[in-house]
Amino acid sequence: MKTSRIITVAMVGCAVAAMAACTRKPPVDTGIPGPATPVPTQPSYPTAPTGPIQGGNVGSAVPGSEQDFVVNIGDRIYFDLDSIEVRPEARPRLDAQAQWLQRYPAVTIRIEGNADERGTREYNLALGARRAEAVRTYLIGRGIPANRITTISYGKERPIAEGSNEDAWARNRNAHTAIVSGAPR
Amino acid sequence: MRLNLLLASATALVMAAPLLVQSSPVQAQAAPANGAVQDVVVDQGVLRPLTIAVVPFRGERGSDISAIVSGNLKRSGYFDPLNPASFIETGLTLANAPNFPQWTQIGAQAVLYGAVTPRADNRVDVGFRLYDPYRQCQLVSYQFTATPEQYRRIAHKISDIIYQRMTGEPGFFDSRVIFVSEEGDQLNRKNRLTIADQDGFQPIYLTQGDEVIMSPRFSPNQPDEVTYVALGKDYSRIYLLNLTTGRRESLGEFDGQVLAPRFSNDGNKIAFSIIRNGNTDIYVMDLRSRQLSRLTTDPGINTSPSFSPDGSQIVFNSDRSGQPRLYVMRADGSGQRPISRGGGSYTAPAWSPTGNMIAFTKSGGGRFSTGVMNADGSGERILSSSYFEEGPSWAPNGRYIMFARQTRGGDTRLWTVDLSGRVVSQAGYQGRGTDPAWSPLLDGPPANLGFNQGPDSCSS
Repeated sequence: MKTSRIITVAMVGCAVAAMAACTRKPPVDTGIPGPATPVPTQPSYPTAPTGPIQGGNVGSAVPGSEQDFVVNIGDRIYFDLDSIEVRPEARPRLDAQAQWLQRYPAVTIRIEGNADERGTREYNLALGARRAEAVRTYLIGRGIPANRITTISYGKERPIAEGSNEDAWARNRNAHTAIVSGAPR
Repeated sequence: MRLNLLLASATALVMAAPLLVQSSPVQAQAAPANGAVQDVVVDQGVLRPLTIAVVPFRGERGSDISAIVSGNLKRSGYFDPLNPASFIETGLTLANAPNFPQWTQIGAQAVLYGAVTPRADNRVDVGFRLYDPYRQCQLVSYQFTATPEQYRRIAHKISDIIYQRMTGEPGFFDSRVIFVSEEGDQLNRKNRLTIADQDGFQPIYLTQGDEVIMSPRFSPNQPDEVTYVALGKDYSRIYLLNLTTGRRESLGEFDGQVLAPRFSNDGNKIAFSIIRNGNTDIYVMDLRSRQLSRLTTDPGINTSPSFSPDGSQIVFNSDRSGQPRLYVMRADGSGQRPISRGGGSYTAPAWSPTGNMIAFTKSGGGRFSTGVMNADGSGERILSSSYFEEGPSWAPNGRYIMFARQTRGGDTRLWTVDLSGRVVSQAGYQGRGTDPAWSPLLDGPPANLGFNQGPDSCSS
């Protein structure tokens, strides 16, 4: 708690500094050299900085947070070409999603179905909806109440991988489990 | 193809030309001008376009009007406007017939000239004449009267008359296209509902860019009414938008995700799909009573409905048999039967305004194609193929199809192809865009076109 207050104060300080920086006029390059820096007569070496070096985990996710879900569980599964079947290798991730959702019963989710770019817009919306539904059905089968899950299809409209190649298409055929409410960021 | 009228040359007496004066009002349209004319790619060189001399019109904005006409005719693929620098006769006015040998000498199969004349009521008369210099007779003459700022629409209407006179088919230039313009890269795409004249000029954004816009369509009997889908992060909505009043209205809140709205031909109904529990079915809503009826009930995908122009039938896309195919049903949902016969996937059907054909997107073998078939599924022809293309929309005369073509990497532009498949070109709008929908003619062509009315009129 104490640490976080210090961070908040520091951030406000930074913001104030940034605002001050904004009001300052940018430096103008006149092309005229400024005051000459003294030319060292001896080779100089950087002085070793002093002070303790401490360590800790890099922003480890708070259990039950959105970040925890994304990083430690995995929020996306992938599908084969023209397929709406949940692949066997995707099941462990969905099982983990279900367990996590059991542990945090206040969380509601939205399953977003996605398709690759190799199809027409409207048909791909319908295809993406089937993928979202496949994940919804799976999670309901693992005991998550249907009223905690909504679905939407984005078709091919919101790709996550750039490029027109098999790799990009494979990544863009997915169902994404987005947290709607009930979990901190 | 009926470009034969001028191709057969004949001799006729040179006669003085009495000016036919007729007028019809045209509606106002205000928007900033933007765009450019694009070269037409005539595939295979099989088509021999008709050479036409478009003489710069006289008077204020005259040369703008003739340039717009020239651009339209060139883009149609059926005309080859000659370079004005080659013209021998200068000083041609509406009071005179052309000096025919000076036009046949440069190979002009038709000569168009005209003038903009101010009127006392601050409107302008835009008159023109079209002659066949080989047969030495007048093909058509006409005069429009409107406010000067409507010069673009007048030019499109003149283009329609010339197109109709020379090809025997109705024109299509006095129309607009609504589409989804795109900006940004593949991962951060911003798209906006956009409307422009058929030749790409006067583009206007109709949405802000914070939603994914899909499936815009005009009402076939009212080119001021459009529908489209707005897809947000957690909603999808069908909107009805009146372009004149700016009134925008949601079709309603439905239990499920909505997509693919289409007006019936009389504009009184909207057919669309609702996705419920992953299952996509087609519904129709009466816009007056707001009564909703379900037309399909099978567990497959059923979407992309398109009404026949007489309103009695709907062609749609379904994968109930496995692969996506095209089906036809009566407007009440009865009598559902498959019509597409080939392998591959058929999606995005569009019933032609002439009623006898259905355009579609077909994919197979790693390519996407734009094709047409008869309404019963026979006589399939592929008009254009590429890495990716989709979403055919018919020109009001049923002779051209506009579609979106995407290159690898996501750059998507609007293209047109004619029914012969020979004239494939980028559409008038040159920017990035997808999902084009072509409007009906903004209003009907003049009823009395002045064919065969003067003493020097061509006999056919």
